[in-house]
Amino acid sequence: MRAATVALARRALRNSFRKPQFLAPLVVFPTLFLAINVGGLGATRSLEGFPQVDGFLDYQLASAMLQSLLLGGVSAGIAVALDIEGGFFDRLVASPTPRAAIVLGRVLAAAVIAVIQLVYFLILGLAFGVSIKGGFAGVLCIFVVGIVAGTGFGALGVLIALRARNASTVQGIFPLVFVVLFISSAFFPLELLSSPADVIARYNPLSWIADGLREPIAFSGDLRPVLVGLLAAAAVSAASIGFAMLALRGRLRDA
Amino acid sequence: MLVTLLRPTGGSARVAGFDVASQPSQVRRRIGVALQEAALDPLMTGSELVELQATLHGIAPRDVRGRGAELIERVGLSAAAGRRVGTYSGGMRRRLDLAMALIHEPDVLFLDEPTTGLDPPSRLTLWDEVRRLRDEGTTVFLTTQYLEEADQLADRIGIIAAGRIVAEGTPASLKAEVGRPHLDLVLADRTDLERAREVATRFGDHRPSTEGCHLSIALERGAADIAPILRALDDAGFEVAELELKQPTLDDVFLDKTGEHLEGAAQDEPEPAPEPV
Repeated sequence: MRAATVALARRALRNSFRKPQFLAPLVVFPTLFLAINVGGLGATRSLEGFPQVDGFLDYQLASAMLQSLLLGGVSAGIAVALDIEGGFFDRLVASPTPRAAIVLGRVLAAAVIAVIQLVYFLILGLAFGVSIKGGFAGVLCIFVVGIVAGTGFGALGVLIALRARNASTVQGIFPLVFVVLFISSAFFPLELLSSPADVIARYNPLSWIADGLREPIAFSGDLRPVLVGLLAAAAVSAASIGFAMLALRGRLRDA
Repeated sequence: MLVTLLRPTGGSARVAGFDVASQPSQVRRRIGVALQEAALDPLMTGSELVELQATLHGIAPRDVRGRGAELIERVGLSAAAGRRVGTYSGGMRRRLDLAMALIHEPDVLFLDEPTTGLDPPSRLTLWDEVRRLRDEGTTVFLTTQYLEEADQLADRIGIIAAGRIVAEGTPASLKAEVGRPHLDLVLADRTDLERAREVATRFGDHRPSTEGCHLSIALERGAADIAPILRALDDAGFEVAELELKQPTLDDVFLDKTGEHLEGAAQDEPEPAPEPV
């Protein structure tokens, strides 16, 4: 199964690089959001309840990473849906490829793309003056949480594609990504959100993952947000991969 | 169902000795499949696709490249192997599809309307390859709308109409079932076709006329009936403008077994209701 998983992941990666319209939005949109937020909303830093950070970009960088990782999931879903629409998926199914490899190959590719996304935003942040207070260990924490989250979002995209079976429906969840992200603590701390958004955000796993990505940058010395973020990302990954496998079985049964 | 993409709702089927419902994995290892739409990834090159297929079929990594190159050469795509599939013509895609289906040397090869939409040279090339595979011992299960294709390639033919097999056998045995050759006649004057039919049917059964012919008679004694029919028609005052003696074809078999013409049997038209396999 390993060879099939790696081969399918390589194909997914190769195609992502050969079709820039798959990869570019993953960094372009979050970069634009980041520029707009940092340029226009920096004053919120002086509001009471805003955490102690060196700069507004230090706070927003994790949001951009999370947004990018979520878009990576949408992109993975669209790619699978296009495979289904184009019949390539049937080719995979008619071959002795282990069923798990079909899901895991795409998820592995999402993990590799997550590394690229994280490297990009770290370089961007460092170039514009962000200092990673957690140092090398902090960077490592960002990568661990980010890769696990990227894997989970990739699997979620695959799950939606297997259920929807067409690319336009998967594409339709694109605005939803922003909605779910805005009712989390990704862009603003919980303390600054009004009800009921603050209640929803408190239980939104994206809040925990955002905090897990942010803590190594701000580094207050509290490892708890990183662990909670990692656990949330791992839970999203495990659930998404599991449900994607079930959806694949269901798809084969219904086909 | 036979290629395990659909679960049977009833009954049973075995492919290469394995049950398609309870042993789908074993079936998949032994079959090659080229679907109706050559579902190829346009972003990948021919070589990459064949090598991916080899890996998915469990071919050892050290053999993947060599086996891929061998198949690519066999289907005549060596020069285009490094190009993205999106730039391939329909015929090239079909050949690549065939190469991918053969990568693991399957016992049974399923070809779903492999020549639909191909130009005549591409069709002939593919026919040659199918013959070669058959001669090498691969069981080729081919669905087609083209009866001529079935006649050319098949050792055994099954005709499916309304979801049921209505005829099965070798091309020769099926043709023998509908039996006799028939004579197609075009009369110089078609004003009294009914009377001409009465005269001609003394020598055989009348068949539904095909396009461009006025009378079609299934002959009792074959070519020996031609002269008497012509004499009888002449005596009755009919002048025969054209005639053609036709041996039974699969078109006749199809007509006989299903009671309808196969859409696209004569012209290259897709989407027939019944389908010979």
